[in-house]
Amino acid sequence: MRIKKILLPLIAVLLFFSPAQALELNVTRKVLPNGLVLLHSERKNIPVVKVSMIVKAGPLDEPPEKAGLANLTAELLNEGTKTRTSEEISSGIEFLGASVGASADEDFTKLGLSVLKKDMDKGFEIFSDILLNPVFPEREVARVKKNIKDALTQQEEDPSFVAERAFREALYNGHPYGRLVSGSTRTIDAITRDDLVNFHSAYYVPGNAILAVVGDISEEELGAVMDKYFKTWAAKPVPERKIKEPEKSGKKEVVLIDRELTQASILFGNLGIRRDDPDYYAVSVMNYILGGGGFASRLMGEIRDKMGLAYDVHSFFTTNKEKGRFQVGVQTKNESAPKVIDIVRAEIENIMGTPVGPDELSDAKAYLTGSFPRRMDTMSKIADLLSAVEFFGLGLDYIRKYPDYINAVTAEDVLRVAKKYLPAKNYTLVVVGKQSRTGLREDPGNKEQ
Amino acid sequence: MVQMPRRIVILIAFFFLLASSAWGEVKEHVFPNGLKLLIVEDHKAPLAIVQVWYRVGSRDEEASFSGVSHLLEHMMFKGTQKYGPADFSKLIQRNGGTDNAYTTKDSTMYYETLSADRIGLALDLESDRMRDLRLDPKEILSERDVVMEERRMRYEDDPQTSLYEEVIATAFRVHPYGRPVIGWMSTLAGIAPEVLKKHYAAFYSPDNAFIVIAGDADPQETVKSVEKYFAPLPKRPERLEEARPVPSEPPQKGEKRVYLKKEAELPHIMAGYHVPVLPDKEGYALEILAGILSGGKSSRLYSRLVYEKQLALEAYADYSGIHKDPFLFFVGGTPAVGHTAEELEQALYDEVERIKKEPPTDFELEKAKNQAEAAFLMGQDSIHFQAEILGMFEIIGDWRLKEEYLKGIKEVTADDVSRVASKYLVPENRTTGILIPIKNEKTEEAKPGHHHAH
Repeated sequence: MRIKKILLPLIAVLLFFSPAQALELNVTRKVLPNGLVLLHSERKNIPVVKVSMIVKAGPLDEPPEKAGLANLTAELLNEGTKTRTSEEISSGIEFLGASVGASADEDFTKLGLSVLKKDMDKGFEIFSDILLNPVFPEREVARVKKNIKDALTQQEEDPSFVAERAFREALYNGHPYGRLVSGSTRTIDAITRDDLVNFHSAYYVPGNAILAVVGDISEEELGAVMDKYFKTWAAKPVPERKIKEPEKSGKKEVVLIDRELTQASILFGNLGIRRDDPDYYAVSVMNYILGGGGFASRLMGEIRDKMGLAYDVHSFFTTNKEKGRFQVGVQTKNESAPKVIDIVRAEIENIMGTPVGPDELSDAKAYLTGSFPRRMDTMSKIADLLSAVEFFGLGLDYIRKYPDYINAVTAEDVLRVAKKYLPAKNYTLVVVGKQSRTGLREDPGNKEQ
Repeated sequence: MVQMPRRIVILIAFFFLLASSAWGEVKEHVFPNGLKLLIVEDHKAPLAIVQVWYRVGSRDEEASFSGVSHLLEHMMFKGTQKYGPADFSKLIQRNGGTDNAYTTKDSTMYYETLSADRIGLALDLESDRMRDLRLDPKEILSERDVVMEERRMRYEDDPQTSLYEEVIATAFRVHPYGRPVIGWMSTLAGIAPEVLKKHYAAFYSPDNAFIVIAGDADPQETVKSVEKYFAPLPKRPERLEEARPVPSEPPQKGEKRVYLKKEAELPHIMAGYHVPVLPDKEGYALEILAGILSGGKSSRLYSRLVYEKQLALEAYADYSGIHKDPFLFFVGGTPAVGHTAEELEQALYDEVERIKKEPPTDFELEKAKNQAEAAFLMGQDSIHFQAEILGMFEIIGDWRLKEEYLKGIKEVTADDVSRVASKYLVPENRTTGILIPIKNEKTEEAKPGHHHAH
């Protein structure tokens, strides 16, 4: 593949779209008596139903000494319920050619169901069972803990994993976003079965959840399924999230990790913004021009197209409830690392110092608004989008309004947000590679200190 | 993708499951210059995808120029007589679209996904680069460096994909499937501009390509539009390399083993058995065999080795029948911490022996078939996959094979599954690779390996 993940950051930031040729989604939104937000869009092009559920439970809700609690809870949902063993759940769902799953992310836990229409009753039965009735058997808890720890060991051989972990740790200075969602070996060991039962009981409550159902299912059919399988989900108080704003250390920080590798994996960045920050749209346009726009971006143009120094270089601002991060990622042969870091810094200084040209600005806006239909061209993407729009509080008219937000961005806005959010001097830099070849020291290419 | 690194293999097998039956109706049109056009209508969203497939991949390369097809794929974005070296993707993205390409052993595919009313732009750009590629020597050198960086990222620094590369290189001594699609560092260094030019001249022409368009497109309009841009392109009478035969792999007469020592955290074992591919009937049985061994947590390998015995962090079987020539059926896995590659290897072989003696139950067989069918149906939500499936089958012979696929899957019996296992999954036919993790001493001393400075 010519580009591996250049556009992935854009997809990860899944709220970029324009209604130029808007799909008519006909979304209905209901708040059920127990507090659950239910979103529904009927799509009949194939006889399939896709479900995406957000439960507001994640690393922000767990004690640091038990980091990984939200993740372990999610991983164990389908490992045994009051009436089904782990094996009965997997063979039951797989016999239908369907899938269920749950995983935790930085801001929330996400559950999914993918099932053929003809099997949807059985699919919802199992989905509701793992959501409402998990029993966290001791044997499964021990097994899954070992599995997660082994996977962490294996990931040590992945340079991008090692770099990402070090980058977040350095950047977030004790904030939960600085930890791995999975936790570490030490914190996973500290989690008990009681912790899992209590976490599930406190956070998996209807008023703390969003359910998006998309596909070949009518309002009546959905109503019947909800009655049959979610009626017992009683309203409970929604736990309050005690949010601590991530704080910036205010200093430059360089982390060099020595590994026997041919390439240096470089991460460069800073704290970013919250998803609900009004600057989000100007930042989207600015980042597209800098490093988010694949082959249309300045970083790709310089580092790959002109100099052949990397296969992939990209930048993105993460989409987070709290202050996320700005991150440039690039891999280059060890020897080229200092040169690539210099180019990244020069491009950042450039966009902070000089207004972008009219063509660059209009190209960025045309892409961000014109690529709208692709943000929602499958049932799965629509279900994920609807639940995320709800979670971030963007409103269902967001889809209609998005192009106006983007089109309103001016060159002055781009310059302003570049100056405000990009790091000139106080950046965080992580390099994983063979350091005797990179020649990097504590102070790589830093001439102003 | 340029190769099939193991983690991607599983994904491809999944796509392969989508690959069957008659969902969207296909309209075929062949132009006088030999270009074939396939159209699938899907009006659920105002989007369309244009995929241009060339019948050339690493299978068609000379060993000393291994990687030339993939490098040429990169160069297709670096300018023509009409457009500059950075124009292609900018034009597509300015129109809200996205574009990319990949090279496999058998094919090279380029695509643009965009608003259905703009497919003319994609067709204009694609027809232009089918004929008038610039291939500037300076750009070639720079792009060769980019591909070397890609190789470092995907292979050199990834122990499991490195092992995959070793296993296929050992399994195939004669047939070109033993060579990596991306090429070796040494062959990449030896690809001069003239080699690329010759490859382009030999393989890039309308009679060696076909186009698949899926999405919100009117078939009649689409045929007219393709005709406008591609009909003027001539056939190439002088295709030098077309006549070069691809040698078949002689039968393997005994197990081969290969060990890879590399900095890694956990060992890995991967064994490949030579097997037939579609449309051979046994391909369907091998597909179901892989599903029974490896399709989800209730599969034999997961439930026995990962869940019950807790021997493995992961265990898999993998097979894709969509190859032009016979390829490999893989079994493999990563041992859980505290277990060795040899223990896991033996446990994998035990499961292979078991399925020869104990045919799958009715439940297992039906589950594997249901999984194949459901995955196919769900794939039809994506215009990319609808087009890609047709392209993959057309590359191996005929897009109509897609319509046979689900029928072939349904006809597989429990005895068929045991029979293909007994016939092919035997030690003499196996190439086994073992990854032996080594630790760099310096890195060990420095552990946790962090060097902080402020």
